[in-house]
Amino acid sequence: MPEQMQPQQNSRETLSFYLVGAILLIVLPLLNVLPAEESWLRVSDFRLNQFGKFLCFAILALGLDLTWGYCGVLSMGQGVFFGFGAYCMGMSLALGIGKESVYGSDLPDFMVWTQVKELPLFWYPFKSFAAGILGAILVPMIFAAIFGFLAFRSRIKGVYFAIITQALAFAAWLVFNRNETRLGGTNGLTDFKQLLGYRLSEPSTQLGLYMLTVVALGAGYLLCRWIVASRAGKVLVAIRDSESRVTFTGYTPWIYKLFVFVVAAGLAGLSGMLYAPQVGIITPAQIGVLPSLEVVIWVAVGGRGTLIGAILGAVVVNFARSVLTNYFPEAWPFILGGLFVVVVTMFPDGLIGIIRKLFSGGPPVASAAMPKPQTQGGR
Amino acid sequence: MDSQSLRWGYFSRMGIRRLYGQCKGGDSVTKGFMKRGPCALAIALLIPLFFVLNVAPKPVNAEGEASNLAAVSSAPALSPIEQALADLSSENAETRSAAVALLIEKGDASLIPKLDEIRATADRLVRQAIKPVVDLLKNRANLTSELPDYRRSAASDLASTGRREAIVWLQAAAAKEEVWWVRYTMEESANLLEIRSGDFAAQQIAIKKLGELRSQNSVSILKELIEAGKAAEATEEQKTLMSAASGAILEIDAWSTKATIIETIFRGISLSSILLIMSLGLAVVFGLMGVINMAHGELMMIGAYATFITQQAFIALLPPEHFDWYFPVSLPLAFLASFGVGWVLEATIIRFLYGRLLETLLATWGVSLILMQAARVYFGDLTAVIAPQALRGGAQVMVGVYLPYNRIFIILLSIVCVVGIYYLLFNSNLGLRVRAVTQNRNMSACLGIPTRKVDSYTFAFASGLAGIAGWALTMVGNVDPGLGQNYIVDSFMVVVTGGVGKLAGTIWASLGIGGLNKVIEPFSGAVYGKVFILIGVILFLQWRPSGLFAAKGRSADA
Repeated sequence: MPEQMQPQQNSRETLSFYLVGAILLIVLPLLNVLPAEESWLRVSDFRLNQFGKFLCFAILALGLDLTWGYCGVLSMGQGVFFGFGAYCMGMSLALGIGKESVYGSDLPDFMVWTQVKELPLFWYPFKSFAAGILGAILVPMIFAAIFGFLAFRSRIKGVYFAIITQALAFAAWLVFNRNETRLGGTNGLTDFKQLLGYRLSEPSTQLGLYMLTVVALGAGYLLCRWIVASRAGKVLVAIRDSESRVTFTGYTPWIYKLFVFVVAAGLAGLSGMLYAPQVGIITPAQIGVLPSLEVVIWVAVGGRGTLIGAILGAVVVNFARSVLTNYFPEAWPFILGGLFVVVVTMFPDGLIGIIRKLFSGGPPVASAAMPKPQTQGGR
Repeated sequence: MDSQSLRWGYFSRMGIRRLYGQCKGGDSVTKGFMKRGPCALAIALLIPLFFVLNVAPKPVNAEGEASNLAAVSSAPALSPIEQALADLSSENAETRSAAVALLIEKGDASLIPKLDEIRATADRLVRQAIKPVVDLLKNRANLTSELPDYRRSAASDLASTGRREAIVWLQAAAAKEEVWWVRYTMEESANLLEIRSGDFAAQQIAIKKLGELRSQNSVSILKELIEAGKAAEATEEQKTLMSAASGAILEIDAWSTKATIIETIFRGISLSSILLIMSLGLAVVFGLMGVINMAHGELMMIGAYATFITQQAFIALLPPEHFDWYFPVSLPLAFLASFGVGWVLEATIIRFLYGRLLETLLATWGVSLILMQAARVYFGDLTAVIAPQALRGGAQVMVGVYLPYNRIFIILLSIVCVVGIYYLLFNSNLGLRVRAVTQNRNMSACLGIPTRKVDSYTFAFASGLAGIAGWALTMVGNVDPGLGQNYIVDSFMVVVTGGVGKLAGTIWASLGIGGLNKVIEPFSGAVYGKVFILIGVILFLQWRPSGLFAAKGRSADA
């Protein structure tokens, strides 16, 4: 864990941060542009776009790792915040379609076929692109602040919080599926054409979006690391390990929890914002109970409380998914379920834990993910 | 499918549709009837005439009717009827309508095959002439059927034909009827026909009678009468009818408010009992063992599939008259199937995770994904269980209040389960051990209680409860791989609201959530109802952070 690391490890981590950043930001785009079409070195547009999607998920996972891995607050509703971000961006993009839409109307297509004559009021701000970006980050944060305030202040914690957030994901999914919320119902928002004048179908635009995602991921990682390394970060870990003692020492845990929860929601919104233009569609299917839980499994597979683990887990699991669903479409739920079981029972420290064990250069992972039974109370 | 029709929502919708269908359908039939060509007009004019001339003066009592019927059925080859049958195909519209009228008066159900035969070969006009004859004769025969449901639907069909001949039949049948609900429908239908008769005195009586009957079906025609009375050119008679009709509507409305309240309460209790039966196992595992079992829904699904397989086996192996026995037989099977899966689950996964709530949640969620996908691969997507005869239909307890038997059954079952669990936990040796282990594991072990065994049996028992819940749920919904997912969020809300300290919390929470849901639903729709419930639960937890009945003392901070 970062706060226990010696300076030597710390510098190693910084080095690998720059190294990975350079690969993602410079080498991959170059491989996309420079080599010839059929060269094995070439990263196709499709792969690059797909990778951009995984990195979006990595940002989402980072936020969850901050709340769950460091603060012990398991949110099973991250998909909702992701959805808010993606929908805000999607609304802005949908209005950007303009007259190019199938029906040639100023309104998005789904409004034409659901007989909406006028743009609903809450769509108006999203006519400006800046509002789309701001909204994508602020709306989830504000929502998380209200929800978190109600939840944490009344000391809803642990599984109770997890279950409540799961119900939140379920409720949000139900609401977004409705047509009268004017968000496209089951079909969601799609068929985006352009972003600030750049055509979304152009490979160069997608390349730009990919690089933007890498930068956002880097920034998100640095932000999280900064939070974790600060004094507040130490309090977060203390809250995770024994909330009562933190309270007795004179801190107010719920404020810290609320803070990380809101930050995580902002990261989820950011990730959704980058996801919508790259994938080109956002539907309620991405914000339900299962997608929200998949975020949890990414973090668990990567390794909780490590930040890098979250990124690694998101990329690895999603990559495995895209490969495996190609060959065995029916097997993926088995694999996903199996991952949950195996990781939780046998590898509580995830991939990072395994890597650190293999290369014993790293410190033995303190039981970050497995709090000692005494502190949990053996019920 | 059949079980689809057992869904509660479907029921209520069907009720409404039937209601409207009856009034509006009846209207359109008569109207369409009027519009159709001169031939139909001639029939319409002739029939009342015929009716008044021949039938009305004759006192028709039950015996006369019966002997008449008997005479006809014993000697179906009476010449006038045969003559009429032949006349049906005649070119002359008047001959045809006279034949129709004769057939309606004298004919009975035994003529239907012959009429169908004629209908199959005849041209359009003849078919049109025959159709009301067949309808009336069929329904008339059904009025004396053995099955109350047939008698009732025949009565309500007769009301929608709008033929006045049926009034006498309905009154005669009502006089003999023993089932009050069927008798009610017969009287209602007779009066509905009377109200359309155009005879002022009869209409007045019918309106008053319908008001007394609190007949929902008559609301639309009463409103028509009121409209007619309000019109500028309304006659004195129409105005009298209007005031009578508005009085009757007031009566009906007051009654239907009462009926709605009663039905809402029943639905609330019914939903509560479903929630309760699902959350009981969850609450036992959560409260006693500190395990969040996300696979609980899939254990229910296993119980439901066990029921389904039993049903299929009965269909395949046994003669159809034993079919209904599949339901009681599948109860132990469903319990054992879920019990077994739960036992294996505990032995292989759960026991490594005691004391780590969040980890149990994640691992069992993984298990649930696997089980769900397994069911999807093996069984495909949608299957249904056919309810046994005894649980089909429902009881009409009063006008406007219909209680389906399957719902009543689940309410009773949930009560039995609660009593059973209380007995097991607080009145049996096993329960004593379970509670001891819950309170102090080490001390119990020192005193010689096999704590591992207690753990695995408790978990398996709770899983078995899920199996029973799944068995019961086959009565109200389809059996599909998503069965567990549909309910798991709701049942967790119940457990969280109730708190993990006591079972009583689960009972009260399910009553509260189920009741509230059904109260909100009519105003907000099902989806927003769920959202409001979520908001309600969050606000409730502001006031009581760990549910209704929280664990107190040292163990509270787990």
